[in-house]
Amino acid sequence: MSNQNRTIYGGKVNREKPINFVFNGKSYIGYQGDTLASALLANDVHLIGRSFKYHRARGILTAGSEEPNAIVQLGLGARTEPNIRATEVELYEGLEASSQNCWPSVNFDIGAMNNFLSRIFPAGFYYKTFKWPPSMWLFYEHFIRKAAGLGQSPTAKNPDRYEQKFYYTDITIVGGGISGLLAALGAGRSGCKVLLIDENPELGGYLLDYNFSINEKDGKKWLKKIIDELNGLANVVILKRTTAMGYYDYNYLTALEKVTNHHVEFSSTLPRERYWRIRSKKVILAQGAFERPLVFADNDRPGIMMASAGQKYLSRYGVLPGKSVVLFTNNDHAYLTAFEFVEKGAKVTVVDTRDLLNARISEKCKSLNITVFKSYSVIKTYGDKKVNRIEIQQVDKNQNQLTGEVENIHTDCVLMSGGWNPAVQLFSQSRGKLKYDLKINTFVPDKIIENQKIIGSNNGQFNLQENLNESFEAGIAAANELNFNSVEKVNWTGKEEIEFTHSDVEPYMLGKKKVTKGSKHFIDFQNDVTAADIFLAQREGYISVEHTKRYTTTGMGTDQGKTSNVNALALMSHIHNKPVDEIGHTTFRPPYAPQTIGAIAGRSVDKLFDPERKTSMHEWHVENKAVFEDVGQWKRPYYFPQKKEDIHQAVKRECLAVRNSLGILDASTLGKIDLQGPDAAKFLNMIYTNAWSKLEIGSCRYGLMCNEHGMIFDDGVTSRLGENHYHMTTTTGGAARVMSWLEEFLQTEWLDMKVFCTSVTEQWAVLSISGPNSREFLKDLTNIDLSKENFPFMKFREGEVCGVKARVFRISFTGELSYEVNVTARYGRYVWEKFMEHGKKYNITPYGTETMHVLRAEKGFIIVGQDTDGSVTPSDMNMDWIVSKKKEDFLGKRSFTRPDTARHDRKKFVGLLVNDKKTILPEGSHIVEKALKQPPMKMLGHVTSSYYSPTLGYPIALAMLKDGFNKMGEQVVVPLMNGKIIEATVTDTIFYDKEGKRNNE
Amino acid sequence: MFIINCPYCGERDQTEFTCHGEAHIARPDKPSEISDEEWGKYLFFRENPKGTHFERWTHDHGCRRWFNVMRDTVTDQIIKTYKMGEAKPVISNE
Repeated sequence: MSNQNRTIYGGKVNREKPINFVFNGKSYIGYQGDTLASALLANDVHLIGRSFKYHRARGILTAGSEEPNAIVQLGLGARTEPNIRATEVELYEGLEASSQNCWPSVNFDIGAMNNFLSRIFPAGFYYKTFKWPPSMWLFYEHFIRKAAGLGQSPTAKNPDRYEQKFYYTDITIVGGGISGLLAALGAGRSGCKVLLIDENPELGGYLLDYNFSINEKDGKKWLKKIIDELNGLANVVILKRTTAMGYYDYNYLTALEKVTNHHVEFSSTLPRERYWRIRSKKVILAQGAFERPLVFADNDRPGIMMASAGQKYLSRYGVLPGKSVVLFTNNDHAYLTAFEFVEKGAKVTVVDTRDLLNARISEKCKSLNITVFKSYSVIKTYGDKKVNRIEIQQVDKNQNQLTGEVENIHTDCVLMSGGWNPAVQLFSQSRGKLKYDLKINTFVPDKIIENQKIIGSNNGQFNLQENLNESFEAGIAAANELNFNSVEKVNWTGKEEIEFTHSDVEPYMLGKKKVTKGSKHFIDFQNDVTAADIFLAQREGYISVEHTKRYTTTGMGTDQGKTSNVNALALMSHIHNKPVDEIGHTTFRPPYAPQTIGAIAGRSVDKLFDPERKTSMHEWHVENKAVFEDVGQWKRPYYFPQKKEDIHQAVKRECLAVRNSLGILDASTLGKIDLQGPDAAKFLNMIYTNAWSKLEIGSCRYGLMCNEHGMIFDDGVTSRLGENHYHMTTTTGGAARVMSWLEEFLQTEWLDMKVFCTSVTEQWAVLSISGPNSREFLKDLTNIDLSKENFPFMKFREGEVCGVKARVFRISFTGELSYEVNVTARYGRYVWEKFMEHGKKYNITPYGTETMHVLRAEKGFIIVGQDTDGSVTPSDMNMDWIVSKKKEDFLGKRSFTRPDTARHDRKKFVGLLVNDKKTILPEGSHIVEKALKQPPMKMLGHVTSSYYSPTLGYPIALAMLKDGFNKMGEQVVVPLMNGKIIEATVTDTIFYDKEGKRNNE
Repeated sequence: MFIINCPYCGERDQTEFTCHGEAHIARPDKPSEISDEEWGKYLFFRENPKGTHFERWTHDHGCRRWFNVMRDTVTDQIIKTYKMGEAKPVISNE
């Protein structure tokens, strides 16, 4: 039998449009307009999942985004999503969902034995039990995570598209219930730009589910007119199925729009979700309120739900969740639901904690044959997979205890109402302050920080009549404050059969009865936190609200305690006999509801995650089978393997080619900054440690930059192109940092200096040719006189190379005779190919960054960021030769004489040669005073660079070693991870061509 | 996330900017003539007020200019933005 709980008429589902769906492998039929939750209830499916810790049977508690129990695994394969609230998923053809946290099935769940063992699983159980020994936690955690669980993440790559939208508006209104709609109308009529956000598929909020009148006519028709008018206003944008997730400084909001997710299976043209980043001059919060559960023993069984949820399932979806219903309430308003249920054919009994009842309600109950137990409380419930019986007992308010006989009521559905909590999450995120309202016993907004208004039940104001007019006026006022013209006020008369009352609402019902360990008065349904756990936390000293939260995990589920927080606080207040205000509340943080990472990432995935920077020769490298390395965002050839060469063979071949004949490196990624202005030399004098005033036009000089702490932070060669014109190079990774560094001092300290800095990194392609044959090779391709006399080392010349205008720098990072040929970027590949063709007779060999590293290490040239780490001075690097003694001032100079910087036993830059002539020390290895079996060992330094040197035929290493300059020739030991202990000899850092003859050829 | 009124470009989103800490810390004119303690103050010592704070920001993803911001660290309200070289605004007691 299908849809056995569906009423014959009523609700907004389309009974002509059946929809097939599958839950836990079984097929069902729902109707267009259903949610997954309503369709399951219609088919008499009440057991939806198992709870987090005790694996208790759980059903559907609410009908909205606050749902803690009915969370399911939705969809299959790569599109599957865990922890999805069945109350929010709109039914679509082909929907497949399943229960979570149960095995082998939700009906027969092995984990449910946790429930019977619950006496040994109180709050803090895991902390206490799995604490020792500390190293075992990772082992325990694996099993705990498996046992206490939520759904499964998809393992395949997400096939869907997510969009992002940046949006600017005058007023953003969160919540499309009556307050939000009227505020939007007031602001919209005033002509300002309005964005209205609502998480539901349909506007109207609470009023969609209840009967009310406006000016003594049917309220639903009036509501439709209001929505129609809003839809017609061009300046009002309405986002449905969109949840405001975060509220940040300066009215910056984020919102998640479910474009297709949870209501269409998938679409090949539309994105799954759209993430809105909204900046709004004003924000009006109108999110309404959540109904509060009552706390009694076994209040979590399937079949027990919020009264407002029962109302919604019945009036919106035409689903009668039970035939023999108990309403357990402590307020008048919930009686509306009792009346509605009777009208649709259910038998209703009311259990009311109060002793006095409004005469009108009493009479109506009598006429509808509703038995009312006044001053009674539900004290226990029964039923394995669905509630079938409850026990009630009289409450003695004065004594605050339960008295009299326990009575039994057979029932298949318990509706509960413990009052309402304004949805203050976003308000609180915006740093608004809350206060406790003693009339409605909950936290309400108090002090507003942002340019914001909060209206309606979101502001703790539940009276329909007052909300109608005040919300509309709030919209007008907001527009007015933004200098839009006022529009006429309207006076509506709104009426509900029973108004919200502000009296007799209390957050929990326990009486004085002792709450014992193991009893299950659930406070937080999703995280299985009971009243006993809250008591326990107080006994054990976790008294601060933040401690209670973390110790018991109340409010820490995926629902973030939307239904549980206030009850937990009220219970703490009861235990400590202190007002709730003094207990305080925990902090609300974004996101308001769980959200997909995909939406936050948007299009910034795969290739678009981070830009890739490629040189103009890049495609040639690809075609010639280069293996690439990422250097920042740059793609650089790592090495160029031939045939079946591995990295070692390739690097060896490349190194020897440079040392013996001719190599070519794509050095285009080097940072390049063009400096111009009359004060350029003066500026360089301050930036670099060495002197620049006397550098001649056409000359190049190596420079070292320090920060104000005297620590090396970049290096490179700068050349003087003209009177007031310099070309600076930086490390590949440091280019942007150096540029900012230069700008900082020009803009903040030396405002009088006339210097302009322009990044030209990408404007030049750089071909570095290196090796004894490079002069012979280049001679035929250029009109520049390359003779040793006319173009010596560390000079720069302009001319043509392969017919292209070029700047040629005679500088060397390999120690060989080298030329760095700079051509306009677009000629990079052209010149490269000419070089490769012409270089055949010299066996020209393209090489990558690894060979570059080996060659420079053979020469002891440092790499900033590899051999240095931000705590190293030029003196530590044995580079005093580049620190000017004459200059009165430059950045970092003063710090060289600070006692710590001047200390002689600092780590110093040395070379290491392993005694066995074959072990390549891993970079990062520690040099220790004495090798022991296990740490701690006294450390003397560490290896910064280490390679096999093909030129020398044995390994070489560079290292930072304590007082290293005084340890030349001494032996040190380096223990490796594999237990071996390697002995090495301390040397200077230049391993090859110590005199530097080769690059001067 | 702030909206910052760049003195050169106008109001822009915070994502375009970087904060560089306390403003109005001038580099000593003659570092070689001051004591280690004075140099240490310039390098390391910074205010951490509850209330009005003066700080340096750059409009990195915009005009790349440096400027100063007067911000209340409690409310995060930006009271004023002004160009480098302009005088430090006076804190009113209101």
